[in-house]
Amino acid sequence: MVHNELPLFYVFHFYFFGLVSIISAVCFVTRKSPVAAALWLVNTMFSLAAMYVLLDAQFIGAMQVLVYAGAIMVVFLFVIMLLNLGHPSELADARGLWWKLAAGVVGVALLSQIMTLAKAKIPEALVLPEGTIARQVAETGAIAPLAGPLFHEYLLAFEVTSVLLLAAVVGAVVLGKRKERVHAG
Amino acid sequence: MLAEALFFSAVLFCIGVVGVLTRRNAIIVFMCVELMLNAVNLSFVAFAQVYGVAGQIFVFFVMTVAAAEAAVGLAIIIALFRHRQTVNLSNINLLKG
Repeated sequence: MVHNELPLFYVFHFYFFGLVSIISAVCFVTRKSPVAAALWLVNTMFSLAAMYVLLDAQFIGAMQVLVYAGAIMVVFLFVIMLLNLGHPSELADARGLWWKLAAGVVGVALLSQIMTLAKAKIPEALVLPEGTIARQVAETGAIAPLAGPLFHEYLLAFEVTSVLLLAAVVGAVVLGKRKERVHAG
Repeated sequence: MLAEALFFSAVLFCIGVVGVLTRRNAIIVFMCVELMLNAVNLSFVAFAQVYGVAGQIFVFFVMTVAAAEAAVGLAIIIALFRHRQTVNLSNINLLKG
């Protein structure tokens, strides 16, 4: 899609969800209570999912809602409640003023660096014709354009991912287990 | 939409960095890392519209790594909490020497 051909509601929704995601991210970073922070982060992830849909990545948007907002954030909330950390901590959670200023400077410097990088010239040979992904989705559905490469070109990476997940599960169980014998011995 | 998406992605990433630097609650620091991963995913999806579908496949792998990281990281936080009864990072200084 050429930029000046985009319908107005598309552009409006893109900016709207972008602003929502940024505002919720700022709220997330500034909340004292971990539960409130986690819920603001869920809001950020939902608006990111909407942006994925607007960027012709419908299946990734659904995965974002299911995996990130659904599974990962629920695990975070479980741990917050399991450790009874829901109340704002009585110890100072945020660091001191100088530290905050330094972090702000680092953030602004990083932002300017990334924005400079984003202005880099895109090699013409790599760029697809306008609307290729949208046309693929319209022709074969949202999943088929991803499933083909995922199970052919990236099959090895896909299989390695399953080993990674197995290692993570084993590691989480080993770390989460109580080690009574170590204390006794 | 590429430039706008990259702008939103950069802003989200920097908010995540500032969160990691300013907060002391280990769980919130961890969630800030997740926010940074999400910001990078937005870049990947935006680039996928221009360069081809490989960017979206990469987002899959990032999500898988994020899920694995969340499981292991939260297990580490639970183990630390058992040991120290706190998740405040300024009290967790085992490796400080």
